[in-house]
Amino acid sequence: MKRTLRLARVLLSVQYAYMLEYRAEIALWALSGLLPLIMLALWSGAGAAGELSLSPAALNRYFLAAFVVRQFTVVWVIHVFEEDALQGRLSPYLLQPLHPFWRYLAAHIAEQATRVPFVLAIVLVVWLLGAGTSGWPPPSSLLLGLLVTQLAFLLRFLLQSVITMACFWSERAAALDRLLLIPYLFLSGLVAPLEAFPPGLRRLAGATPFPSMVSFPARLLSGGEVDLLGGLATMAAWMGLLLPLYLLLWRAGLRRYAAMGA
Amino acid sequence: MSIIHARGLGKSFRVADKQPGLGGTLRHFVARRHKDIPAVRDVSFSIEPGEVVGFLGANGAGKTTTLKMLTGLIEPSAGAVAVAGFMPFRRQAAFLRTITLVMGQKQQLIWDLPPLDSLRVNAAVYGIGEAEARRRIHELAEMLELGEELRRPVRKLSLGQRMKAELLAALLHRPAVLFLDEPTLGLDVNAQARVREFLADYNRRTGATVLLTSHYMGDITALCQRVLLIHRGRLFYDGSLQELTQRLAPYREVCCDLGEVYPPQAFAGFGEIESLAGHRVRLLVSRDQLTATISRLLSTFPVLDLEVNDPPVEEIIGRLFREGAVG
Repeated sequence: MKRTLRLARVLLSVQYAYMLEYRAEIALWALSGLLPLIMLALWSGAGAAGELSLSPAALNRYFLAAFVVRQFTVVWVIHVFEEDALQGRLSPYLLQPLHPFWRYLAAHIAEQATRVPFVLAIVLVVWLLGAGTSGWPPPSSLLLGLLVTQLAFLLRFLLQSVITMACFWSERAAALDRLLLIPYLFLSGLVAPLEAFPPGLRRLAGATPFPSMVSFPARLLSGGEVDLLGGLATMAAWMGLLLPLYLLLWRAGLRRYAAMGA
Repeated sequence: MSIIHARGLGKSFRVADKQPGLGGTLRHFVARRHKDIPAVRDVSFSIEPGEVVGFLGANGAGKTTTLKMLTGLIEPSAGAVAVAGFMPFRRQAAFLRTITLVMGQKQQLIWDLPPLDSLRVNAAVYGIGEAEARRRIHELAEMLELGEELRRPVRKLSLGQRMKAELLAALLHRPAVLFLDEPTLGLDVNAQARVREFLADYNRRTGATVLLTSHYMGDITALCQRVLLIHRGRLFYDGSLQELTQRLAPYREVCCDLGEVYPPQAFAGFGEIESLAGHRVRLLVSRDQLTATISRLLSTFPVLDLEVNDPPVEEIIGRLFREGAVG
């Protein structure tokens, strides 16, 4: 246990040092994730809060929370893995007694830590500009919301890791992830709260893992009413499905790995 | 008991078979065809603990593919392989702690951070305590003549410094089996010599087994008593370096810068002309005639500069197979 903790500490601190080298790029990435705030402006401008049974302040809080959730659930493992597999950089990782999954996970968590000051600055600016965002939920809800945001990140990381395994069969597997972008944007609650959807579409969204990635943690974070146990059980069920699938594909993929470029 | 044992090892790669041109592209799009290309065929050998073995062959001969199978990076298509009692492709943690692979062309160090950061990660991955890791880093850094370089970002290091830092990272967990793929590629003569000295010293101190591929004959002659020669995926020679050298490289390359331009016939009796361009001539001279030929060259021509080198392994092997000296 002590060894595992040390490994986690070292991996995270070294990856954090690495990410700090790219802080300017990460700040730009943080800025490029403004979609929920743009949607907030659109929905507010349309005066749609009433139709969604939400007060204007609650709508503001939801989109601000969705912005925060989005910032801390960004996953790019497929892009680095594809490049590592093609360039041969995966080979040294495979020759060490640590599953590469953990390195990529540590890199993502370190990147999130690098984002914190930029995200806080953007939230502060929006907070100061938007009078309706007053009345935040109690700290316990915020803390729970942030914890669930991390679970949402893990779920997203796991889903993309499963798709990443296609890199063993195709040299351009990252394109597959782009296919998932549209359902993710619409069904996760990023462009509109799920309440805005017609019942049929809401049921369809509920059958996918996407609402667990944005809507559920964002509602928690913004102090909205949620079925906490039901939401956590849904996340656990998706993770329980994706993890064995990932391990299965990893094993099958390695048999096809040609260690190109190495 | 052998520490590396390969029997009937083979590997084929499936590659797309596409004809050039628009027609070929369309046909390939509609009905994709593949063919299996054998990279390694029926290779068998054993290596004893502590041996330093050179693995020779031209580009594409199958050296790196064999190394990848021995380290478990790729699964053999045929045959069996055991390294330190493990089946490499299973990549058990105990096996991975026993081996290391250094690729001259590839690096494991994090590019934007000092090598010390990568070394901290490696120490944690291999479960080496912090104090012990510091001790090992100090010891290896001393052997490799590395100091402040370990605190500079990898991207700021010279190729030689980077290679030495790579070696340090690869050896921190004290592997018993070293697979080295072109460890001196691109290094200048001094850096090559230092890396060779280090590897010889490491082998002496730890008794580690080393399997080394190199394009530089100097690496092989400095480190290996035994060599494996692979050609078109098949093992052609397994034996002492001395015997192979006599068969493989009975020539040395003599390069002269002359004060005047001479026609090719002026060099008749001095050796085979490899190239003649203006004032510069390259001759292949038989090893047993080397001293006498150099004396005659110096006394016959106005020699401004003279160098004696081993011809590149690639060229020697090419010559060898053309002449059918191996087979």
